[in-house]
Amino acid sequence: MKKEEVPQDSDNLHGGTFKQIMYAVDNSGNYVQVQSAGWEPENIAMDQAWEEVNERVKAARARVEAGEISPVAYYMEKNLMDLPLLASYVGKFQWQVKRHMKPGVFKKLSPKLLQRYADAFKVSLTDLLQIK
Amino acid sequence: MTNSFFQHHQTAHCESGVISNLLGHYGLQISEPMAFGIGAGIFFGHLPFLKVNGVPGTTYRIWPGAIFQRVCKRLGVRMESEKFSTPEKGMQALDKVIEAGIPVGLQSGVYYLPYFPASYRFHFNAHNLVVYGKQDGQYLVSDPVMDTVTTIDPESLAQARFAKGFPAPKGKMYYPVHVPPSASFEKPIKAGIEQACHFMLKVPIPLFGVKGIRFLSKKVANYAENPGDRKATLYLGNIIRMQEEIGTGGAGFRFLYAAFLQEAAELLKKDELSRLAGELTKTGDLWRNFAFAAGRVCKSRSADNVSYKELSQMLLECAASEDAFFRKLAQVKW
Repeated sequence: MKKEEVPQDSDNLHGGTFKQIMYAVDNSGNYVQVQSAGWEPENIAMDQAWEEVNERVKAARARVEAGEISPVAYYMEKNLMDLPLLASYVGKFQWQVKRHMKPGVFKKLSPKLLQRYADAFKVSLTDLLQIK
Repeated sequence: MTNSFFQHHQTAHCESGVISNLLGHYGLQISEPMAFGIGAGIFFGHLPFLKVNGVPGTTYRIWPGAIFQRVCKRLGVRMESEKFSTPEKGMQALDKVIEAGIPVGLQSGVYYLPYFPASYRFHFNAHNLVVYGKQDGQYLVSDPVMDTVTTIDPESLAQARFAKGFPAPKGKMYYPVHVPPSASFEKPIKAGIEQACHFMLKVPIPLFGVKGIRFLSKKVANYAENPGDRKATLYLGNIIRMQEEIGTGGAGFRFLYAAFLQEAAELLKKDELSRLAGELTKTGDLWRNFAFAAGRVCKSRSADNVSYKELSQMLLECAASEDAFFRKLAQVKW
C-alpha cells in the first residue's frame, strides 16, 4: 500500500473524529506511519455487525413485550453479551441464567439477584423490571 | 493537561504500541514495528469452533501477551506483572504504583472504555493501555491506538480491568522493573524472525499459519451452503474486521511486519530483508484486495456460488504468496 492509497473513507459510525495509524510506503519505498480515517470494507463489516446487534435487540424487545421472555434476555442482547458472558458477570451457571429468562421465574427472583443483573447491565432496578 | 511526563506515540496495534511507549519511557527506544517483529507477532489462525456471538474466530496475529513476553525476554527487560481477585485490590495496587511515578500497562476490555467511539466498543478483552498518573480523581491514560492522551474515570477503568469473558484480564497490570539502557537488536531480530517462520510454516495443526489460510479458503468456498447466505456475510464481515480494524495497521498486520523487516535490514545491513519487505507489501495488498471483494459481498447481502469461489481463490493466492515469502525468510543466512 502506497502512502497515497491509505484509505480516508470516513464514516458516521466513527463519529468522524477517530483516526487510526496505518503503515504504508512513501515514494522512495520506505515505510511510514499514516493516519487513516477508515476504509470502506471495514465500515461495511462494522455496519453489518451493528445491524445484527440492533436486530437482535429489537426482536428480544418484542418478545419481552409479548410476555415470552424476561428482561434479562433483552438486556443481554442490548449489552452485546452472550449466555456464557452474562453468566460469568452474575456468577451463575448458564442453565440458571437461561431459567431467569423465563418471565415466570424472573418474577420470583430475589432483590439481591435482581441487583446483580442490574449491575451487570448497568441499569437501575426499575429499568430492569420494566424495560424502557 | 500536559504530557511532559510520559511520551505518548500513536501506534497501529495496542500490544506492540504499549511495549514501544513503555520501554521508550525508560530510555530503551524501540519502534512499534521492531517490537512486533522481535515478538514474532505475525501469524494466521482460523478457529471455526471458537465462536464469539456465533461467528468463528480468525486471527492475523499471535495470541495476546505473547509479543510482550518475547520482547522482554529477548531484550533482557524484567517485568512485574500482577493479577487481582477483586477490583478494590486491583485499583489500590494501581494507585500505589502510579503514585511512585511508574507508568503502568493494563489489560482491559474495550467495551468499558468510554473514550473509544461507541461503534468500536464490543466485548474484546485483550486491549492494552498505559495509565501514567491521576489528576482530579481521573486516571491519565496513554492508549496507543488513540492519537492523543486521554483520561478515564475510576469506575469505568475498574470495569474495563475486571471485564469478564475470554480472556478475562483480572485486573492485570504490568510495569518494567529493570530495563537495560541499551540493547543490541541483532540476536532478538533473528530469534523473532525464526520464530515467526516456524509459526507460519511448521505448526502441525491445519488451522494455523499458511495452512490455516488454505483451510479458511476451503471453508469460504462452501459458504453458500454452510453456513448459508445470511450467516456467511456475518462470517465474512468478521474476517474483514479482524484484518482491517484498529490495531491491525491494515492488511492484517502484514504491512506492520514489512515495516519491521525494512527497519531490520537497515540495522543489520542486510539488503535481502529489505527485498523481502517489498514482497510482503505485495502480499499485504493481496489481503487488501480480498477485504475489498469480501466487503462488496457483505454489502450486497447475498452472493452466488461464484463470488464465494472467487473469494476462496483470492485466499489461496494469499496463502501461496505467504508460503513463498516465509520460506525465503526462513532461508536467510545470518
